[in-house]
Amino acid sequence: MKQRNRRFARWAVTALVIGVLSMLAAGCGGDDESEADGGAATTAVESGGAPEGMLDAIGEGEGEVNLIAWAGYVEDGSTDPKVDWVTDFETESGCQVNVKLGNTSDEMVTLMRTGQYDGVSASGDASLRLVAAGDVAPVNMDLIENYEAVFEGLKDQPHNTVDDVNYGVPHGRGANLLQYRTDVVDPAPDSWSVVWDENSPYKGKVTAYDSPIYIADAAVYLMATQPDLGIEDPYELDEEQFAAAVELLKGQRAVIGEYWSDYTKQIAAFTGGDSVVGTTWQVITNVLESEKVPVASVLPKEGSTGWSDTWMISSEAENPNCMYMWMNHIISPKANAAATEYFGEAPSSSEACGLTSNPDHCEIFHADDEEYFSKIYYWKTPQADCGDDRGAVCKDYSEWTQAWTEIKG
Amino acid sequence: MTSVPEVTEAPSREGAGRRLSSFLHRHPRLRLSLLLSGPVGWLVIAYLGSLAVLLVAAFWRLDPFTSEIVHEYGIDNFRTLWERDVYRTIAFRTIGIAAAVTITDALLAFPIAYYMAKVASRRTRRILVVAILMPLWASYLVKVYAWRIILQENGVLNWALDPIGLTGPGFGNVATWLVFSYLWLPFMILPIYAGLERIPDSLLEASSDLGGRAGRTFLRVVLPLAFPAVVAGSIFTFSLTLGDYITPQIVSSTQFIGNVVYINVGVANNLPLAAAFATVPIAVMVLYLLGARRAGAFDEL
Repeated sequence: MKQRNRRFARWAVTALVIGVLSMLAAGCGGDDESEADGGAATTAVESGGAPEGMLDAIGEGEGEVNLIAWAGYVEDGSTDPKVDWVTDFETESGCQVNVKLGNTSDEMVTLMRTGQYDGVSASGDASLRLVAAGDVAPVNMDLIENYEAVFEGLKDQPHNTVDDVNYGVPHGRGANLLQYRTDVVDPAPDSWSVVWDENSPYKGKVTAYDSPIYIADAAVYLMATQPDLGIEDPYELDEEQFAAAVELLKGQRAVIGEYWSDYTKQIAAFTGGDSVVGTTWQVITNVLESEKVPVASVLPKEGSTGWSDTWMISSEAENPNCMYMWMNHIISPKANAAATEYFGEAPSSSEACGLTSNPDHCEIFHADDEEYFSKIYYWKTPQADCGDDRGAVCKDYSEWTQAWTEIKG
Repeated sequence: MTSVPEVTEAPSREGAGRRLSSFLHRHPRLRLSLLLSGPVGWLVIAYLGSLAVLLVAAFWRLDPFTSEIVHEYGIDNFRTLWERDVYRTIAFRTIGIAAAVTITDALLAFPIAYYMAKVASRRTRRILVVAILMPLWASYLVKVYAWRIILQENGVLNWALDPIGLTGPGFGNVATWLVFSYLWLPFMILPIYAGLERIPDSLLEASSDLGGRAGRTFLRVVLPLAFPAVVAGSIFTFSLTLGDYITPQIVSSTQFIGNVVYINVGVANNLPLAAAFATVPIAVMVLYLLGARRAGAFDEL
């Protein structure tokens, strides 16, 4: 009897496994189909040229708009009643704003590919991937009144414009700075060499940003120190340039105390004295200074990397009119001032500066200092196509990621 | 007229139900399979199904330009993992620290569990069980960040070690080992405690009646009987360490297998490579569980 039961159980399990496998096969089939759709959309956008999929005029609002955004970019007062630049928009436009927060650039890309969202606040390391895959549509800037006031340094940048076609409106920008403990690091550094020197006196207390995109920081330093490598864009590195950057980073590994990826860890490391010099964001310096930690930050003479986020519209947007209204709203002086001040970055609208609650905000974040931002290389996705006459010999982001794993060891 | 069909229909409906129930009663296997199909199906789809998808994904590759997954089969990912030293280093490091944590926890847990099971009064035992379970109620992240504060440059540990001229380990492999050993200790104590409690006191008395001293009794009686429980506990400590990626990130810049998987899925969108690397801990755990089964650990769970 027991024997027979066991045989039966085996039979039942086999049957179930077969059933599940056939379901999986069906599921995979469905998946393929949807991806084929995405592919078709891509070719349509590419072959149709620029104006394809672009809105000609903003019509009546659809009543809602679904956004993917970084935390702190779309605040309707639910986090803090005083922090609200959404409610006014909802009343004026009649578009209810629904937000899905994205934690990483990649999560945003994945969410956008579901086709359920109208727009996204994409960083430069996501925006080009979205354009390449046809997930986002070109934006007709004639329909966006407030685009006029956007700083020239943010218009037509490689991370938001492809083949002279604009793919979104800039939200704000910031730089990755060199931060140091003023009580430990002497003399005050004005060059990145302090973090790249293998014999650094601060060995074991140097910190660096924990992401493959940090390889670009090494490339920026190499641009200044090894001009014969011929690096023109720190995100477009061919074999030789990439190898040089990786080697520099492997040398740096010995002096690194720890890498930082989240803002709280970086604040804790500088407060606790575990890190005394390394990359940072302006907002981190501000927090540390307000906590009376002796730190300062500087934009080194070699220049630096930075970020500039772009509001993009989905190529499958169900509420394109509301999305256009939102893009116009977020770069309107008042909303842009509130949003970028809350997040701690430079606004994209030149008219925002008069409207921040801290009158020095624009000065602190160098909002109108094009000289300052001319030394900043905004994050963008490294791709195999170098974008110049070298052709498709550059290292793409998955190779950057693999190299990053090897650098950390 | 209307009442007639109702009258005739009611018994037939009841009859259908009754016929079904008696049919099921006569076919116990069918009844059983109907009852089990829900939970078993869920188990198969959610657990084994996702595992199968993972294994299949390991053979796909990434389109370099759009970074979309191309459903073409090949073993490129496994070749990358094999050819680049760094992945081997990371795999061995992960397994090594997991083993070190397991041994540390076993050494720490055994005396505590023994005291609880054999020495302590019922009241003390109850207090100890609560004390051991208490940290499990606190958030994992809070505990790890607390360790960060203990270990940091101007933290408690360095302050305590300063008078005797030592400094703490800082953030690195040692910190990871320490924090993991702390985090998973309860998972080791409880199975060993349960295993020791099942050993009848009479056996220990018999051993001493026959002239066995404490050490001999421990080695020849207690340890063999409790060994499966230790192995059962080690499954938890070992597998939990093997799969974790948050602690290494917070208290060190060390990379575990989980960190590489995370960076490939979450940052580079390179699911195939991540899936390929994720097969390593699966293989390790399968081998470990086979060994544990041989040691009789599953009888203790």
